[in-house]
Amino acid sequence: MLYIDPHIHMVSRTTDDYEALVASGVKAIIEPAFWQGQPRTQIGSYQDYFASLVGWERFRAAQFGIRHYCTMGLNSKEANNEALAEQVMDLLPLFLTKEGVVAVGEIGYDDQTPTEDKFFRLQLELAKEVDLPVLIHTPHRNKKQGTYRSMDVIEEHGIPPHMVVIDHNNEETYREVLDRGYWCAFTIYPGTKMGNERMVDILKVAGPERVIVDSSADWGKSDVLAVPKTAKLAAERGVPREHIELVCYKNALKAYSQSGQFTESDWLNPPAIDQRNLFEGNSVLRGGQSPQIDSANEANIIR
Amino acid sequence: MTESAGPLTALIRSWIVSRVDSAALAWVDDRTRAVKSGDKKLLFIAFGLVPRKVGKADLALTESEREAAESVRSGWNPSQWSLDQLVRTYFVLNFPVQDVDAYVKTLDLMFSTGEVGELVALYQVLPLLPNPSAHVLRAAEGIRNNIKAVFCAVAQNNPFPSEQFSDDQWNQLILKCLFIGVSLRSVVGVDERANAPLMSMLVDFAHERRAAHRPIPAELWRCVGPYADDRALDDLRITLTSNSPAGQQAAALALSVSPHPLAKSILAAAPDLAAAINAGEFSWRTVAAAEQAL
Repeated sequence: MLYIDPHIHMVSRTTDDYEALVASGVKAIIEPAFWQGQPRTQIGSYQDYFASLVGWERFRAAQFGIRHYCTMGLNSKEANNEALAEQVMDLLPLFLTKEGVVAVGEIGYDDQTPTEDKFFRLQLELAKEVDLPVLIHTPHRNKKQGTYRSMDVIEEHGIPPHMVVIDHNNEETYREVLDRGYWCAFTIYPGTKMGNERMVDILKVAGPERVIVDSSADWGKSDVLAVPKTAKLAAERGVPREHIELVCYKNALKAYSQSGQFTESDWLNPPAIDQRNLFEGNSVLRGGQSPQIDSANEANIIR
Repeated sequence: MTESAGPLTALIRSWIVSRVDSAALAWVDDRTRAVKSGDKKLLFIAFGLVPRKVGKADLALTESEREAAESVRSGWNPSQWSLDQLVRTYFVLNFPVQDVDAYVKTLDLMFSTGEVGELVALYQVLPLLPNPSAHVLRAAEGIRNNIKAVFCAVAQNNPFPSEQFSDDQWNQLILKCLFIGVSLRSVVGVDERANAPLMSMLVDFAHERRAAHRPIPAELWRCVGPYADDRALDDLRITLTSNSPAGQQAAALALSVSPHPLAKSILAAAPDLAAAINAGEFSWRTVAAAEQAL
């Protein structure tokens, strides 16, 4: 089965993770712009971060045969630095029209402060302007209220639910999200978000329509293989194959293809120029190494 | 400067006209007028939108189009380009240059916020810009870039480095090509810019590779031959009798152009190779092709 992980922060991950993703059948990934574990203090840090999402990281993924996309946005946590946030708002239009940018995100609420609210609304307007889907980060704390409030504000700004992915749902939030017509994403992230056994239970009740599974793997204790692992567990526990395909591949494809920047042929049948520039397969830039297939007793040898 | 870009932009537009439908052409012409206003924002947006408006098909230039390229800009060979790269080039060339410093700043912002495809297009534009000396540091930065496609946009089929780079900058370009496995075949000026310090760096690199039991790229000897010293001749002698056919041919070719007094006698030890060179049976092109096929 083919997989998409539509929420993963690869800047924090190693080449081993890319290899594991490939070996597990992940074809495409989406890296939402987010905070990096510690707040940025300069606008240049944002500029270089955004540039790396459409530049170096995209190339790095391609070296392993994975197609890399991203979302661009000012995250809610750092939006609280108002002076800096204003500068980020000036920078965003430059990046939102880049190739491979599939949404505005991840945006929404963290502490649900008035400042967060201000920049959330400004970015919703920006999304309308550039006609991109929106990826919503729902808060860790006061989650239920923050999730409902996010949807209220989106509706206030007149963005239709089919253009919005609400992420990090749990048992307490998903029904309302689905009932209101949104794409409903679940993050399989040990300890703080969903576990995949709970995910399988929800799938059995909620069905696959508009449900999306992702890893949000980042710098914390998280699992890059959350999507394929959840797919396997769901299959073992009797979820129909076509349901698994929807939640681990097709729904994400449909939601983000609304950007015009995310099509299956990108990774199944890429244009020649992309094959030259962005699909190096196993070719590794440093030192002209060739792909290595280690036999079992050579596994510890590094050439 | 816009005057000097006249025949070039006219040629590029004629290629665009023959490759896009009327809706895409209308968009290109409309945005060209916008870009000509000198408003940076309009340039950035148009530049970014190009692939989704015109697609990314290979340019597939005809032979006469390639000749026309050479005649408007000597050494310019866009035969590997795609259509989006061409239209992006067209927009950049239509952006007015009033003040060189401000113009470089505008380009700097595009480079520092560019995605992979944009960076490739931007680096390919460098040989077509007026005031070439204003863009040397940028081109050198492209050689430091770790994205192979971006590096190749400067290093391959691009006359800018051989015309503008200092020896130090040039030598880094050649060394990095060999280091990351990019063929010298498409590097413009590779023989003309050979120099003694480069020869010495390449011989050091060959020794490192040998010490690590890694293969030595055969094309390396291309830039060694014309300046080979005693130490290099020892390496050429070893390589001439190595078990790599591409290496043997490369050593023979390097020895055949070396002015060193001992070069001829070393090559004489491999009369078959010497005769094959005289008969034109192999060249740096075939050495490169043999290496790529490995």
